[in-house]
Amino acid sequence: MDHSFPQKVLEHLFSFIDSNKDRNAISLVSKSWYEIERRSRKKIFIGNCYAVSPTTVIKRFPELRSITLKGKPHFADFNLVPDGWGGYVYTWIEAMAVSVPLLEEIRLKRMVVTDESLELIAKSFKNFKVLVLISCEGFSTDGLEAIASNCRNLKELNLQESEVEDLSGDWLCYFPDSYTSLVSLNISCLNNEVNLSALEALLGRCPNLQTLCLNHAVPLDKLPSLLSQCPQLVELGTGVYSTEEMHPDVLSSLITAFSGCKQLKSLSGFWNVLPSYLPALYPICSRLTSLNLSYAIIQSSDIVKLIGQCPNLLRLWVLDYIEDVGLEAVAASCKDLQELRVFPSDPSCLELNNALTERGLVSVFKGCPKLQSVLYFCRQMSNAALSAIAQIRPNLTRFRLCILEPHTPDYLTLQPLDSGFGAIVEHCKDLQRLSLSGLLTDRVFEYIGTHAKKLEMLSVAFAGDSDLGLHYVLSGCENLRKLEIRDCPFGDEALLANAAKLETMRSLWMSSCSVSYGACKLLGQKMPKLNVEVIDESGPPDSRPDSCPVEKLYIYRSIAGPRLDMPGFVWTMGDDSSRKLELDVAGVEAQFRNL
Amino acid sequence: MENSLVNHETELNLKATELRLGLPGCDEVNKLQCNFSILRSNKRSSSEISTEVDSMSKSKLNTSNGSEITSHDDQDNAPPSKAQIVGWPPIRSYRKNNLQQKKGESEVGMYVKVSMAGAPYLRKIDLKFYKSYSELLKVLENMFKCTFGEYSEREGYNGSEFVPTYEDKDGDWMLIGDVPWEMFMSSCKRLRIMKGSEAKGLGCF
Repeated sequence: MDHSFPQKVLEHLFSFIDSNKDRNAISLVSKSWYEIERRSRKKIFIGNCYAVSPTTVIKRFPELRSITLKGKPHFADFNLVPDGWGGYVYTWIEAMAVSVPLLEEIRLKRMVVTDESLELIAKSFKNFKVLVLISCEGFSTDGLEAIASNCRNLKELNLQESEVEDLSGDWLCYFPDSYTSLVSLNISCLNNEVNLSALEALLGRCPNLQTLCLNHAVPLDKLPSLLSQCPQLVELGTGVYSTEEMHPDVLSSLITAFSGCKQLKSLSGFWNVLPSYLPALYPICSRLTSLNLSYAIIQSSDIVKLIGQCPNLLRLWVLDYIEDVGLEAVAASCKDLQELRVFPSDPSCLELNNALTERGLVSVFKGCPKLQSVLYFCRQMSNAALSAIAQIRPNLTRFRLCILEPHTPDYLTLQPLDSGFGAIVEHCKDLQRLSLSGLLTDRVFEYIGTHAKKLEMLSVAFAGDSDLGLHYVLSGCENLRKLEIRDCPFGDEALLANAAKLETMRSLWMSSCSVSYGACKLLGQKMPKLNVEVIDESGPPDSRPDSCPVEKLYIYRSIAGPRLDMPGFVWTMGDDSSRKLELDVAGVEAQFRNL
Repeated sequence: MENSLVNHETELNLKATELRLGLPGCDEVNKLQCNFSILRSNKRSSSEISTEVDSMSKSKLNTSNGSEITSHDDQDNAPPSKAQIVGWPPIRSYRKNNLQQKKGESEVGMYVKVSMAGAPYLRKIDLKFYKSYSELLKVLENMFKCTFGEYSEREGYNGSEFVPTYEDKDGDWMLIGDVPWEMFMSSCKRLRIMKGSEAKGLGCF
């Protein structure tokens, strides 16, 4: 009955298939394909570390070499997830240390990584090559010492935006003299100085180094000597980009150093910029494809002078100091631009800033035919501008607009921004990610549910009028994987009516909404394949009526069942242990009453 | 002239009130909020917008561009002092912490006390206003009518009558100028201008 190719042939064929999506599809074809695929899978991506247990993963994929795990929900980035919620990686490392000794790569995002975890990695995986910790926390430079001392084959150490307890800059010295395999080093998040001579020596003996992102404690006058050790760099993150006073000799040595880096394509860093040093970059501008100036406090004119010389830019991150006039210059010079992010320089300032408005955004869309990914913070927007954008750029795939003041209407008509965002979802048929802001009614959700068929991730804040809004999204967006909502009047009805939808998604986050505790319990009981976590720092929800809204709600599908590492302010609904808690609380309450 | 201004103000005020009563749904949220005593008001972000926007709309009255009128919730639950909405705008704390404020534009200054040996009272300065040691020292020299002389890593401000020092986060008195500017900014609690004789010990570590 087996008309398929011999196993060896299939194995060989599958070895050309890298993408997880494709591999997942292959595994569903037949039992034998499932078996062949699972035994040859080298890389796995787990979007929610609590969706599956380490044991299950290891059992199914015994030949794993690379694992990517994500922990906390996205809104943890904005302090909406209380400390101690979870996302601990240790149990994963522990399990893999025993069963997957040949593991080479670990990539984590928003997870808690302790020094013990790092030490375990360092001594368990002899061929360890890649450690990427994005927005992680819980470890110190002591853990880094263990990695540096033991991982002889380390190629990548990337600590992007992690919170590291910086005890000593000497951890870098723990890379032995015989260690030469470094390809990528990102230490931009460290607060204190690293041992610069150790760094320089490290750079000098690693001929394959391509990425180097320094932290702001690396002084500018040291940059030329560092760069001279690795002129083959492709990506550089500078340290602080100024000196107390302008020194012409620092400028000239920078010019020499940068000119020597013939492969340099990507720049970032630029903390505390002294504009007189920007000309050092002019010799390499024409090669740049990625420029991150989002920490650089420089005037629009300086930004424009720089960007005007970067015709090959694909990616640009800036602060709103760029202003509309600067964005017009971008539109004129950077015809290949694919991604633009404009961050607010002073988010707490409530003054209307007329220098960066919706006009800048529209001009970039008009001038850049390949622009597909945008993150834009501003203070005013209009339906007209959004509709214009939708029609100019139907190939938009990621659109995140943040109007700083919640509930801000169209500044021209004072109407909600429903029709503007409606135009976006209607025309941009490939839209995968969308973040809404401004004054929005249920209408916008009706548009989204009707048109946004490819949408995978939606972020909503301070929007909508009623449950209908949530219902439109849950019932209409076929490809929705992640939905995160804060401060919206969405309640029980829409959630319960669309319970089955939640099993097709990775996760749903709702905070400061109107979902009652009773509805959470019901959902937890009826949907065993979902973990319904109620997060409430004001005390056990059992002590209040079932009709009271919960503070925060995080629902995710899981085949691992309720997790065992929850802190005291998280309850999983429908779980035996939570029922036990109910009884315990009732018992304690009874005791108090009798006092 | 004045009369028309006053009328203008009242009109805008009314408009602001109108929109505030605005959206259906917002009131519902508030009703739910009022129902439980346990929840602290600063956990319910929507009510906090009101104070901020209130002060904003007042300043708007004086500008010609009064069009950014936002609707906000009933103010019954608004805390008395200015409150920030938790997690809004959605910017990573990593980014917020690393972004330095532009000169003079920040609302929260970094004021530190400055004392001087022999002076009858202290002064206060906003460190955020300065970008380098030379700027800071010039201002101190002007403020206290003294001179510091040349700084060197080896000998500090050797030879000058006065020496600028600061107390860091650990409570130690440090010589101004030894560490990079940002490190100084983040660890400085207050400044003190010591007499050269007083400061003899500081340069020697």
